Amino acid sequence: MSFAFYLIAALTLAGGLAAVLLKNTVHCALALTVAFAGQALLFLDLDAQFAGFAQILVYIGAVAILVVFAILLTKGSETPKGGVYSKHWLAGLVIAAAVFSMLGWAVIWSVHAVPRGPVGTPAVTVLDIGNALMSRYVLPLEIVALLLTAAMIGAVIIAMHEKERAK
Amino acid sequence: MNPLAGFLLVAALLFSIGLAGALTRRNAILVLIGIELMLNAANLNLIAFWRYGPHPEALTGMMFAIFSIAVAAAEAAVGLGLVIHLHRHAHTTDLDAMNRMRG
Repeated sequence: MSFAFYLIAALTLAGGLAAVLLKNTVHCALALTVAFAGQALLFLDLDAQFAGFAQILVYIGAVAILVVFAILLTKGSETPKGGVYSKHWLAGLVIAAAVFSMLGWAVIWSVHAVPRGPVGTPAVTVLDIGNALMSRYVLPLEIVALLLTAAMIGAVIIAMHEKERAK
Repeated sequence: MNPLAGFLLVAALLFSIGLAGALTRRNAILVLIGIELMLNAANLNLIAFWRYGPHPEALTGMMFAIFSIAVAAAEAAVGLGLVIHLHRHAHTTDLDAMNRMRG
């Protein structure tokens, strides 16, 4: 494990922790952006350049901006009277800790059973990814295109201003 | 330490942070942020298995991660649209105050 990995992992986890712990919702969205950027760096550390830059474009460029828009449209940055945490926060924390301990236990006890791949950087270029998307994975690509169109129309219809009902 | 184990542990930690956020916060947008963190952790797992697996040239894990990013973007758009609708309807994004599905 290189020093860069520990640095990037610490950045990502700190961003994620800040995103769920901070009180001001706008600060949470900014910390979420840091976590997304750290995740993109982790992808680059794994020699997955295309996924890393897609992560930057989609998450930092679109999802983070969308979250900030939603916060500002709903006046969500005001801290509510009863605090930012739910009534059942202790149960949620216990469930999350239990899930983490189980995942960590499974990783540590089974990772040596994964068959080792070839050593060194995999020789995969963006051209290979494009060729695979257009040949073997063309049906999932079309389905994702349909899904994105349907989700876009659905989001617009859901958020559209409904007519005032007669009372 | 095995590099694959390092990435998997970071992903597990990120997933648990997202789960804790989704389960403990009251604001609906923060719950969506927690879900995004969990989806990201899953993507990290996919890419790590692609990189250290036996056949990286088959691109299976990479394709899975790319499609997962696209589906997560659709999920974020619909989820935030729902939050905006709920805010317009109930004038709050506090999930503890939303205890019925009928308007």
